[in-house]
Amino acid sequence: MNRLIALLLVLFSLPTYSQDTPPPVNAAVEQRMIKLAEELRCLVCQNQSLADSNSGLAEDLRREIRAMIVAGKKDQEIVDFLVQRYGDFVLYRPPVRSTTMLLWFGPFALLLIGGIALYLRVKRRKQEIVDTPLTKEERARVNAALNVNAGDHA
Amino acid sequence: MIPELGNFALILALLVSAVQFLFPIWGAARGNTSWMAVARPAARAQFLLVLTAFSCLAYAFLHNDFSVLYVAMHSNSKLPSAFQFAAIWGGHEGSLLLWTLILGIWSVAVSYFSRHLPADMMARVLGVMGFVSLGFLLFMLLTSNPFERLIPVPLDGRDLNPLLQDPGLVIHPPMLYMGYVGFSVAFAFAISALLGGKLDATWARWSRPWTTVAWIFLTIGIALGSGWAYYELGWGGWWFWDPVENASFMPWLLGTALIHSLAVTEKRDSFKSWTVLLAIGAFSLSLLGTFLVRSGVLTSVHAFATDPARGIFILAFLVIVIGTSLVLFAWRAPKIGLGGSFELVSRESFLLSNNILLAVAATSVLLGTLYPLFLDALGMGKISVGPPYFDSVFVPLMIPAIFLMGIGPLARWKKTSLPELAVRLRWAFAAAVVTGLVLPFVLGKWTPLISIGFLLAAWLIAAGLVGLRDRLTRTPGSFFAKLGALPRSYIGMQLAHLGVAVFIIGVTVVKGFQTEKDVRMNVGDTVTIADYRFKFNGVTDVPGPNYRAWRGLIEVSKNGTVIREMHPEKRAYFVSGTQTEAAIDVGLFRDLYVSLGEPVSGNAWSVRVYYKPFIDWIWAGCMLMALGGIFAVSDRRYRLGARAQQKIAAAPKVTRAALVTETSRS
Amino acid sequence: MMRYAWPLGVFIILAVFLGLGLKLKPSEVPSPLIGKSAPIFSLPQLQAPEQIFASKEMLGKVWLLNVWASWCAACREEHPLLVELARAGIVPIYGLDYKDKREDGLGWLRDRGNPYTATAFDKAGRVGIDFGVYGVPETFVIDRKGVIRYKQIGPLTEEALASKILPLVRELQK
Repeated sequence: MNRLIALLLVLFSLPTYSQDTPPPVNAAVEQRMIKLAEELRCLVCQNQSLADSNSGLAEDLRREIRAMIVAGKKDQEIVDFLVQRYGDFVLYRPPVRSTTMLLWFGPFALLLIGGIALYLRVKRRKQEIVDTPLTKEERARVNAALNVNAGDHA
Repeated sequence: MIPELGNFALILALLVSAVQFLFPIWGAARGNTSWMAVARPAARAQFLLVLTAFSCLAYAFLHNDFSVLYVAMHSNSKLPSAFQFAAIWGGHEGSLLLWTLILGIWSVAVSYFSRHLPADMMARVLGVMGFVSLGFLLFMLLTSNPFERLIPVPLDGRDLNPLLQDPGLVIHPPMLYMGYVGFSVAFAFAISALLGGKLDATWARWSRPWTTVAWIFLTIGIALGSGWAYYELGWGGWWFWDPVENASFMPWLLGTALIHSLAVTEKRDSFKSWTVLLAIGAFSLSLLGTFLVRSGVLTSVHAFATDPARGIFILAFLVIVIGTSLVLFAWRAPKIGLGGSFELVSRESFLLSNNILLAVAATSVLLGTLYPLFLDALGMGKISVGPPYFDSVFVPLMIPAIFLMGIGPLARWKKTSLPELAVRLRWAFAAAVVTGLVLPFVLGKWTPLISIGFLLAAWLIAAGLVGLRDRLTRTPGSFFAKLGALPRSYIGMQLAHLGVAVFIIGVTVVKGFQTEKDVRMNVGDTVTIADYRFKFNGVTDVPGPNYRAWRGLIEVSKNGTVIREMHPEKRAYFVSGTQTEAAIDVGLFRDLYVSLGEPVSGNAWSVRVYYKPFIDWIWAGCMLMALGGIFAVSDRRYRLGARAQQKIAAAPKVTRAALVTETSRS
Repeated sequence: MMRYAWPLGVFIILAVFLGLGLKLKPSEVPSPLIGKSAPIFSLPQLQAPEQIFASKEMLGKVWLLNVWASWCAACREEHPLLVELARAGIVPIYGLDYKDKREDGLGWLRDRGNPYTATAFDKAGRVGIDFGVYGVPETFVIDRKGVIRYKQIGPLTEEALASKILPLVRELQK
């Protein structure tokens, strides 16, 4: 962990002074900004969303988003603005494209396949395993055993 | 001197683990009893050697021996002693030693609690575990030796990462590793069955308690990790779908599927090859997690020092262990047989469906975690897969699983009737739907997700009560006699499923109804959320053992009365940087969470204030699940005395499952 | 037996990708601006605040834009290379002082040498955002038409200069 931090610090340094945190202009703007920022990735601390991160770049980008909201831009336009500059990497929700079909639909396709496989297997195994009825002697053994294991359950 | 002793102990342990692997496995293949008998003493000797090495490392930490590189990197003379000890596993090399130590603990446990196992099975189980130890010891000695020296010796160490200087470090990794590593026992049993070519209900009975105990530890470990992140990281999140979190969650999902699958194999001698595959899968995911965290392949806040050379070794180890076991599976699984049959509508098929859902869910988590790597390796660009993806895919997969959780316990084995189930459950279902639709309105906000959350939780509780009532009606005696007669495994199941319901309630309420405010506060400023008023009374300077802190004073009042003071801190550690310590007011029905941001001009600070309702129900739910597991494992059939065990072992096997198997094979 | 071999197949594919993954750098964010026009900007100059640096004036030239700051530790590593490169006169280097204090930036250049033909002062970091800057230092190679042809993430190295940047620059200058 320390080495990772050191490596990151060598490659990218962070500003050591902070700018004034401007008071939220307006609760509605703030809420919309946070909703957008939660779906975006902070490029500096790459394991936090833009909403959570305290890094300088994250604060700058949040400020930009606020400005764009106030200027009347739509959500998609704001997202496009960031993707143009930082690429798809900045999106926490991967876009649905030909390259991400497997990602988005794979699990559900797998579920379907699993369900069908289950159905077919159960049907086939029923044919493979033939039940024979118990003889009187076997039934007596079963009853004796069941009494022994009375408390047992599933 | 002591570090050299530790190093030597590791080398010896390596040799012993090779013996523990080679002789018993070969002996079991050949029927050579004396070679098989090598397993137990070898496992115990190996454990003692690893314990010696671990103690040597502990000694180095507690005596501030900075001539050991690992100690110099992760400790400091001013570090409080409890953290100096926990720092043993604060970095890559030491955590590997902890892994190996815990594997030793499990091996010793198996060596003591395996009297009733046939000699060849015991030999194979310990032999497989010996192989895993061999791999980890080799990995340490070749690439990640915790005892490497540092010359010239520094005056003091780099200090432990401030994020880790916390009681969480003392307990979360050991619990987690007990879980991860514990699945190696289930894995070893599975390999043992494949090697022996035989797998029956008794095999399931043997491996079940081991698997459940490992699952309990993993549940607790993950819950602790989540709780720790919540109060440590400063922004109130408790799950981020971070690659390392996912690395622990995937084995948990498969482990849950496994304990249910083992139940079926034990009861009905079915699902045999599927159970074996799950056992291989759960442990494989544990190993995969080890790879992901240490190879630099994924970015994560959790990742250890990244080093592709280490990555290559672990990948090779992964390929050998998992590859061999899957080859073995492909080759030997057909020999295991099919076991008891069951209808399309039966408890077995409900459980099997649930297993498939859990396995697909685990696959979706794996897919999401690794997809950026896939695309990057194929040159198809760089994407990020974050919480929005996982929430969109994982939740829909879990909804049918939770629905089945309500029905499964009420279904009969082998064949059950859907109409009958529907009749028994119709009121439970109605109650669930009504709760889901109405409760959100009562609480002030209705969204589809909140509604579904409440519906599912209510369904689980209602269906659980129906099952309980039906069962109590069937049992003779007074009410308390009936409760007393309930087998612990049944109580365990009810508790664990209740835990899931409690968990769902926690998640639904906190995600649906939490509020936050991020404001700049001057001394005397107040901010209000959800009936609570927070007044900022400035910041004081507070020295700590190895840091200097700014301690905020926040006065909290409700309806005009001051209820408490909260003290969020911003700490500047002397050696390693700044860190936020949030202040949390924990309550049964809500947490109040305050963290300091940055100082802004004058005496003002930016402050974040959160209202998080029902958030502690999340971890309470996990603890209930673990408690359920504890009840299940303490069931009478596992507590039978040694004498009774021997009697049973001596008598011809008349287990219910064996009878059913006999009668169903023509 | 084939029926039971599918887990093995899936695992082999996974292992191959994990192996490939060991060679990748997951935290590097490639720039989507490569091959696209560099953002047009005008900023006051660091050393002469009354004068403006307008990127439009750079059309027709091949140039390097180096993003740096006085608070950046890694910039110290690459600075001597930049000074040497400037002395060689192969390609003009322009600086973008990112989110810095003017006095600090000036002091830095005074102490370590100034390889830049001119330095733009991006106090708020707004131009940095337009360029997709997410850390410092970063260096862009821009061609005569104003199109970004290459981005160096992190400090410049001898190796990167020799194998990628200088050959590209020579190619563009033809």
